[in-house]
Amino acid sequence: MPSEKMLMIGSHVVAEAAVRAGCRYYFGYPITPQNELPEYLSARLLEVGGTFIQGESEVSSINMVLGASAVGARTMTSSSSPGVSLKQEGISYMAGMELPGVIINMMRGGPGLGNIAPSAADYFQATRGGAHGDYRTPVLAPAGGQELVDLTFVAFDLADKYRTPVMLLGDGLMGQVMEPVIFPDFIDLKDLPEKDWIVDGCEGREPRALFSMFLGQQGELYQHNLHLQEKYDKITAEEMRWETNCPDDAEMVVVAYGTAARIAESAIEELEAEDLRLGLFRPITLWPFPKPALRELSKKVPKVAVFEFSLGQMVEDVIFSVGERAEIYFHGLPGGIIPTPADVADFLRSAAKGDGKVGRRIDV
Amino acid sequence: MITRTTFAGFGGQGVLLMGYVLCHGGMHKGLDVTYFPSYGAEMRGGTANCTVTLSDKKIASPVASKPDALVAMNYPSLEKFEPTVAENGTVFLNSSLFTETPSRDDIEVLQVPTAELAREVGSDRGANMVMIGAVCAKTGLLTVEETIKGMEGALKGKEKFFPQNQKAIERGFAFVADGK
Amino acid sequence: MSTEVAFEQIFGRPESLKTNPTHYCPGCGHSVAHRLVAECLDEMGLREKTIGVPPVGCAVLAYNYFNFDMVEAPHGRALAVATGIKRVHPDKFVLSYQGDGDLAAIGTAETIHSGNRGERISTIFINNAIYGMTGGQMAPTTLLGQTATTAQAGRDARLHGSPIDISRMLAVCDGVVYVERCSLTSIKQIRRAKKAIKKSYQCQLDDLGFSIVELLSPCPTNWKVSPKAAWAWVNDEMTKTYPLGVIKDTTGYEDKK
Ligand SMILES: Cc1ncc(C[n+]2csc(CCOP(=O)(O)OP(=O)(O)O)c2C)c(N)n1
Ligand code: SF4
Ligand SMILES: [Mg+2]
Repeated sequence: MPSEKMLMIGSHVVAEAAVRAGCRYYFGYPITPQNELPEYLSARLLEVGGTFIQGESEVSSINMVLGASAVGARTMTSSSSPGVSLKQEGISYMAGMELPGVIINMMRGGPGLGNIAPSAADYFQATRGGAHGDYRTPVLAPAGGQELVDLTFVAFDLADKYRTPVMLLGDGLMGQVMEPVIFPDFIDLKDLPEKDWIVDGCEGREPRALFSMFLGQQGELYQHNLHLQEKYDKITAEEMRWETNCPDDAEMVVVAYGTAARIAESAIEELEAEDLRLGLFRPITLWPFPKPALRELSKKVPKVAVFEFSLGQMVEDVIFSVGERAEIYFHGLPGGIIPTPADVADFLRSAAKGDGKVGRRIDV
Repeated sequence: MITRTTFAGFGGQGVLLMGYVLCHGGMHKGLDVTYFPSYGAEMRGGTANCTVTLSDKKIASPVASKPDALVAMNYPSLEKFEPTVAENGTVFLNSSLFTETPSRDDIEVLQVPTAELAREVGSDRGANMVMIGAVCAKTGLLTVEETIKGMEGALKGKEKFFPQNQKAIERGFAFVADGK
Repeated sequence: MSTEVAFEQIFGRPESLKTNPTHYCPGCGHSVAHRLVAECLDEMGLREKTIGVPPVGCAVLAYNYFNFDMVEAPHGRALAVATGIKRVHPDKFVLSYQGDGDLAAIGTAETIHSGNRGERISTIFINNAIYGMTGGQMAPTTLLGQTATTAQAGRDARLHGSPIDISRMLAVCDGVVYVERCSLTSIKQIRRAKKAIKKSYQCQLDDLGFSIVELLSPCPTNWKVSPKAAWAWVNDEMTKTYPLGVIKDTTGYEDKK
């Protein structure tokens, strides 16, 4: 049975959704602003017969995930920016070994220790592979609330379906904000498709090995990379997600994701009174980025305004999508401050006029 | 209808709990709600604040540009947040602790002697409950029943505090109704 | 014993070893260690429930030689990967096999903390006092005075620190129940090593805690000596820094007998 409507903070929402999506194995190392997530699971997983380990570092935690995944478990880790940097090694191995697993990044300000205020400056790291080698990780960007529940389920399903690590990219604010959510019922692990590739002891079959190293002289690594690429092409073709809310006669469409998209949406509401016809395009998968959908939209809307909690990362994907079909304006705020809808409204007014007072025009 | 309320004060004054009560009451009433706390380093030095939004439509941003109401449980909170309050907004002041008032004249002010009123109903620690009662009464966001429901939702598992808190909330409502 | 039986014993293979020829150098301790690990699994009937984690080091391809399920780990993370495996499948038999660089340098944290958590895992630790795979750089276990490509005048305590005795470090952790150091360079010690490996497996089967068998292992290639001289060096020099024998044993197995 689905739960009743519950008021919970974002980090707890993801944790509970993970449990209901069948995750019984969590490994992580504390870091603010996402400690509420492991704290919740440390108690919750015991209730459902699962395992919670506070690893000695993010490095060990992601490798525990690797191990648990190799033997067939739905498993996850979570962290915030500096910790996710440490996990990159393990994520690359999981991509190479084709192991499913879910990584939550509640982003905070960087570089270095930065601060614990929300940020979205890990976009490049998340969407461009993140560590060494030719690989991509599907990245889901919820905007908080109920979508944290829904996309946590999607993350586990995508990971299993494509045998790949999947990242859920939130931010510190999203982890702390409390909203009403409804959880679907617990999935029955028995209903999940069988994994015929795991290692669990070779009783009654030939031994298996899971590895990412290909030393053969016949181009084995080359073939392996082509195989991975085929998988990434399939994900790109089939798994793009986005949300568009754009009137037909919009003069400008705002592109933003995650918390920034919600603040932008309120800004658009505030501007309704000023007779500005604005739309919102919100990518939900950041990789694969929904380029075709944005491209189509940019054929109809003359201006595109990009707003990010970073000094300019997602805007590159917008440029790839839109090209010279529309004028592109950009306003980015570095991590560590919390912008209000009024701040974003100032940018949108300025972009609509093209007066360059807030943000800047991108020269494609 | 969309209303944003910022609660601020010292840690230990039950500032965040007031936010929870409003949030739970709003949800109980069928509204969309968001609760956005200050967190981490901002909480060091013993101050706390949160912003609660209630709306009859889906709420986009949990961050407010200009709160419609400010609840300042101590003077530094009034100083810090007064400039952010919307024109014609309302400011609730904990007059048991300070008597200063805002310098702006485009906002309405209600001074609530929270500690005295709480003591009157036999609850030394119910100042925040008196205040949330007064806030809901004055703004009309929640009825007294809805506020009590909100308190019960926020304090699930701590049922032994319900009767005391209920009295304090009712005292807050009475203060607004009777002006004393 | 008939010649056939003797032939089978000397040249036959345990089922836990595949027939693939290994890439190890002549005289390398890894070959001997592989055989011991495999024989013990066979004799205890564990092969089909075993999940092994190889290191990154000369034994990185161990899954080509061991005939049971294996999962690669990044350099140094074998015990973290093994922890994940064991926590999902407490009823399976989980083994890590690691070199000194892997276990005692880059993976020190994983090693100490897996031991301290008392993970029910058996670890085979190949101490050859050198980075074999990458061509002879100094290892954390390199002896004082021993040369390495990154300590060309010999290891100097002032410059490089002293050789680390990670087995003794592990012994202070409550979760670690059995630690023994053997060598692979005499018939007697190889027999001793086999007994130790079996005992370590038994610790896991009995759910007692973490156990580790350190094997002093020759690397003639990077020590730049003949296999025979390498054996002698283990016996004469290495054992001075790393004395053989039981370092910790709280299993109570001997008391019961
Ligand atoms: C992150 C990382 N750093 C460095 C390496 C290179 N590397 C591979 S094996 C190895 C050391 C191996 O030494 P040891 O663990 O003693 O094993 P041996 O080869 O001696 O058996 C190093 C440094 C690597 N693979 N990954
Ligand atoms: S380099 Fe040393 S450790 Fe590696 S296979 Fe050769 S002898 Fe063995
Ligand atoms: Mg070595």
